[in-house]
Amino acid sequence: MIGTITLSHGSGGLQSNKLINEVFFKYFGNDILNQMNDAAQVDIDFARLAFTTDSFVVNPIFFNGGNIGKLAVCGTVNDLAVSGAKPLYITTAFIIEEGFSIEKLEEIVKSMAEEANEAGVKIVAGDTKVVEKGSVDGIFINTSGIGRIYDNVNINCANAQVGDVIIINGTLGDHGMTIMCERNKFIFEGNLKSDCVCLNSLVDTMIEAYDGIHVIRDATRGGVAAVLNEISEFSNVTIALEENNLPLKEEVKGVTEMLGLDPLYIANEGKFCAFVPGAYAEKVLNAMRKHPLGTDAVIIGKVTQELGQKVYLNTVIGGKRLVDMPSGIQLPRIC
Amino acid sequence: MKFVDEFRSNDYSKKLVEKLNNISSEKINIMEVCGTHTMAIFRYGIRDILPSNINLISGPGCPVCVTPQSYIDTALTLSQKKDVIIATFGDMMKVPGKKGTLSKKKAEGADVRIVYSPMDCLMMSSRNPFKKIVFLSVGFETTAPMTAVTAIEAKKDNIRNLFFFTAHKIVPPVIEALVQDKELKIDGFLLPGHVCAIIGTKPYEFLSADHNIPGVVTGFEPLDILQGLNTLVRLISKRDYRIKNEYKRIVKTEGNPYALEYLNKAFNIVDSSWRGIGRIPKSGLEFNGEYENFDALKHFKINYKDYDGSPGCKCGEILKGKIKPIDCLLFKKLCTPENPVGSCMVSSEGTCAAYYRYHKDIK
Amino acid sequence: MCLAVPGKILSLEGNKGIVEIGNMKREVFMHLVPEVAVNEYVLVHAGCAIQKVDEEEAKITLDIFKEILENEVC
Repeated sequence: MIGTITLSHGSGGLQSNKLINEVFFKYFGNDILNQMNDAAQVDIDFARLAFTTDSFVVNPIFFNGGNIGKLAVCGTVNDLAVSGAKPLYITTAFIIEEGFSIEKLEEIVKSMAEEANEAGVKIVAGDTKVVEKGSVDGIFINTSGIGRIYDNVNINCANAQVGDVIIINGTLGDHGMTIMCERNKFIFEGNLKSDCVCLNSLVDTMIEAYDGIHVIRDATRGGVAAVLNEISEFSNVTIALEENNLPLKEEVKGVTEMLGLDPLYIANEGKFCAFVPGAYAEKVLNAMRKHPLGTDAVIIGKVTQELGQKVYLNTVIGGKRLVDMPSGIQLPRIC
Repeated sequence: MKFVDEFRSNDYSKKLVEKLNNISSEKINIMEVCGTHTMAIFRYGIRDILPSNINLISGPGCPVCVTPQSYIDTALTLSQKKDVIIATFGDMMKVPGKKGTLSKKKAEGADVRIVYSPMDCLMMSSRNPFKKIVFLSVGFETTAPMTAVTAIEAKKDNIRNLFFFTAHKIVPPVIEALVQDKELKIDGFLLPGHVCAIIGTKPYEFLSADHNIPGVVTGFEPLDILQGLNTLVRLISKRDYRIKNEYKRIVKTEGNPYALEYLNKAFNIVDSSWRGIGRIPKSGLEFNGEYENFDALKHFKINYKDYDGSPGCKCGEILKGKIKPIDCLLFKKLCTPENPVGSCMVSSEGTCAAYYRYHKDIK
Repeated sequence: MCLAVPGKILSLEGNKGIVEIGNMKREVFMHLVPEVAVNEYVLVHAGCAIQKVDEEEAKITLDIFKEILENEVC
């Protein structure tokens, strides 16, 4: 379908139906969605449900490694996965600025369908609204999702304990630095790429290796620093990180050094921190490293015996510094 | 990364700390002038491993911190002008003036853009021919040559819509002002390695010659800082009042003559106001006659007047190293990174911000 | 006030050069270091090379650290 989105595409008439059929249903179509009821009707046979929602407003809409649609699907799938659930169904709502390119919309929708398919989830309900020029920045997307929590799994941010080690599944800061450079037009040539990906199959592998993992939390806005501070607070523990163990791509290292930023505070879209009892750490780590999304998995720290709620870093030269909760957005500096 | 990773080695740092512990046990006050040193010291947890007799004081080496409120307010006024794009380093976005911050103005619709380099302003100017780009050029001698180069390139390419709102300052005069202050007791200076890369080591000889205070030109990797401290503590303990260079891979005695030439070509040295400190003679840079058409104040016909100060704010005394952030009544109560009063808290390398982020009891 | 990172010069053209820092390439002003050559290292501050890295001096400094480590007696 060619052309641009107009207000009539959101008004529920002929143009709306044309858009729904030729773009959304073309890629999202499945047995539940195709029933075209006002609400998706599904049968469930489990007692514990995980339920999440997220909205996506990223700028730029398209970036190296993905786009807003891919983010929207992966973000919700990941929130379910790190809660110890098998992601099942997703809904998606679009708020589109009039004048938005239908070709671009189709590209976004196509990548959402691809991600959903890859993750084994169905998109079962959706909504589209079109607003006047200037009311939103191109396109905003909301996704909600439900999943079945696995039996015998109890993953909760208040569960971290002394003796837990903290495993991250790969390199820090890839997504945030990609977005920052593209948004601000900092021209650095190289392979800076968002790590946006659905992590449910990796989490499945981990749970299969050991179903007693205490916490898994994805390190999105605010980076690893935000996530660990949250867990430190909810679980009332002290966390010690090892700077020597923090995995970084050379590209991210170079750009963060140039812009004076700390990778611990930079957003990720395909990384989580898992708190695993020490005795099972190696087993979980080995299982992760055999999975294509976990080859760079590494232990970055542990929960210590110390009292209090804090996160600190043992630096490369043997010093110690606090890793506080991030405050405000990270800005590049020359000083 | 070459010339970076080797200077972050754990084995070497342990030995350097050991050496530092064995030089002297007398209490000494060392001022590290450069904000980038303040950040590096906190980033690597160096304070945590220093012997307790060494008191590190953070000085006024943060160009954002010493930029007066009047500069910010004028920048905000410029941002409101029709067809103006404000281009700035990220450091300036949250600095509070009396009338708000650039960040807030941007949220209200002003066209404020963060640049990594002033050279990006050249491209911005040609891509926005009907707009006027105003670059907020702050920074010390490390950064000022780049403003000069950008202005020279703009002149060469006949770019007519790029202007600079300059607040460049130079370091040696503020150090001179500090050592004149009888209340300050500084035994030695950790000198800013990248400023010295431009101006060389000679401008600091007055410390040795006139004041019997030693100084060590120091780099920014953790091993550089530990080595700089080792040498400085040794000089202090031996009452050896020399200026030594421990950053020879970057700093030459004569500095960078090409950079100095660019500075001379584009700028005059003028008196300048330092936030929290006051007016210091011959401590600032302004475009000279040949480049004054690039001056934003001249172009927009702004009659600029310095003013400064918030009640209760102790940034001035903190910048001079007289008190620590915890001695300021506003610190962490009314003045936080989310709601900064003075720019020591705003700039991520400001003393108060660094203390707020890192300086808590983690033992 | 002086965040700067060493990078390797990949190419030079007039007053500009392409410098590589951590696998990322960036065009950099080279006005302040007119006597450098490809494959040499420069210190880059906000898109401008401000000084050449003296590799010989770097080696001397690292050798001093190495000596300190190897000598048990301070």
